[in-house]
Amino acid sequence: MSARALSVSPVSGRMRIQRILTPLILPLVLLLAWDMGVRASGTQLIPSPGTVGLMLIDFAVGGIYDDAFSQTLGLHLWKSLTRVYGGFLAAAAVGIPLGLMIGRSPSLRALVDPTLQLLRPVPVTAWLPLSMIFFGLGPKAAIFLVFLGAFYPIVFNTIFGVRTVDARLFEAASMLGCHGPGMFRQVVLPAAMPSILNGLRLGHGFAWILIVVGEMTGVPEGLGAVIMDGRMLSRTDLVIAGMIVIGLAGFCTDRLLVWLNNRLLKWSPQHHV
Amino acid sequence: MSEPSKPRQPLPVLSVRGLSKRFVVGGQTVEALRNVDLRIEKGEFVCLIGASGCGKSTLLRILAGFETASEGVVEMYGKPINGPSPERGMVFQDYGLFPWLTVTQNIGFGPRQRGLPAKQLHELAMHYTDMVGLGKFANYYPGQLSGGMKQRVAIARVLANDCDVLLMDEPFGALDALTRERLQQELLDIWARTGVTVIFVTHAVEEAVMLSDRVVVMTAGPGRIERDISLTLARPREITGIEFNQVRRDITQYLSSHLAVKAAA
Repeated sequence: MSARALSVSPVSGRMRIQRILTPLILPLVLLLAWDMGVRASGTQLIPSPGTVGLMLIDFAVGGIYDDAFSQTLGLHLWKSLTRVYGGFLAAAAVGIPLGLMIGRSPSLRALVDPTLQLLRPVPVTAWLPLSMIFFGLGPKAAIFLVFLGAFYPIVFNTIFGVRTVDARLFEAASMLGCHGPGMFRQVVLPAAMPSILNGLRLGHGFAWILIVVGEMTGVPEGLGAVIMDGRMLSRTDLVIAGMIVIGLAGFCTDRLLVWLNNRLLKWSPQHHV
Repeated sequence: MSEPSKPRQPLPVLSVRGLSKRFVVGGQTVEALRNVDLRIEKGEFVCLIGASGCGKSTLLRILAGFETASEGVVEMYGKPINGPSPERGMVFQDYGLFPWLTVTQNIGFGPRQRGLPAKQLHELAMHYTDMVGLGKFANYYPGQLSGGMKQRVAIARVLANDCDVLLMDEPFGALDALTRERLQQELLDIWARTGVTVIFVTHAVEEAVMLSDRVVVMTAGPGRIERDISLTLARPREITGIEFNQVRRDITQYLSSHLAVKAAA
């Protein structure tokens, strides 16, 4: 068996390189198309990738334009991160326990579920005016929107996970002497874990989507605020730079969740991402 | 019992008297069991056999405590059974292992509920892992095991929990013939070594004759006990033996004669 593994390893090395390179093809093609499109049309409204690249460098380390946005990437990114994770972690802290309880208790489900289903179709962006009234202008309103956006997928996926636990596992646990809170911790939680993690990943995606909307509420710092400023100043290069940073930040943090997912679910390769 | 001349009989491990069970399915009441009496002594190996719908699995699930009786008495050592308990360990046809726990963790699940110290727990779990021959697979997850290996884990985890009665619901039904034979043999070894009482549900006559001291033949519509046959065949049993075949033929006849009567009616 070890001999076979050895002979396979150079191939798997080549496959590894292939696996890293393949996803890069499409972004490069898109960049090229963008660049050619801007050149061919001669538009002044959309900057070329090169201009945006310069903007990104200036945004990150300064030294090119030396304006109000130079070298502020770290600050804005940090502010956005605190809001995204403030809202996301709060959504997880409320959504997972609530989902576990609603999933297990039919009476609680009858009480709460219809209301949740009623609130869910309301777009989170529609909460913006109300959240500004509740929390005023500032980061709290942004955190609230992120919370709402992440909350629904987390709570509904957790409920789904709990409700689809194989009834056989409850029987098996009870005949082995497991009851009450032990059942929750040792059976319900691990059995629902694939769904919970799925909900976390979806909610995490929504959290990053909603940060721009949340930071429209008059906060001075944050990636969403930068994009809004860019729009107002007609600095499209800044807008696109902000979009790229959000995309990259969302992507990198999602990889962390994928890592967590694969680690917690190492018993089930089918749930690996 | 009050007469001094009669020796006091030991309490049976399990005692079922006048048991009936009705389910409501889609607005209709179905009688799964009617007036069942059964007494099982310590250390017996009893097979419940019958066609599907005869209530053998329902009877087993009532003994396990997963279902309640509609009427009648179900007792273990004279105490009414009300709910599942570690003293009655169930082995399901579909294993019912916890997929997020390794082989040893699955086996240690029951003892863990009793709050054993970690070291003792690990030793106990390893002991039973070895007992069913899975030492090399101790850290595997159920998803990485074959059906036969999964069923070994399922047996080991109830034994590790010190059960008095092993309730087995067509445990080898989903396995291939070779694995089934091997597991039957291993089960007999474990039974001989531990003295555990086994109640084994099957629809395979050969399996019942191979394994048990007693074959309880059940018939359907509503489920009841048709015959209770003690087997005196010597062990180890030879599947191709003349006596073995005779017993097998008799039991097959009990099963099929009832079906023939039903078909004629």
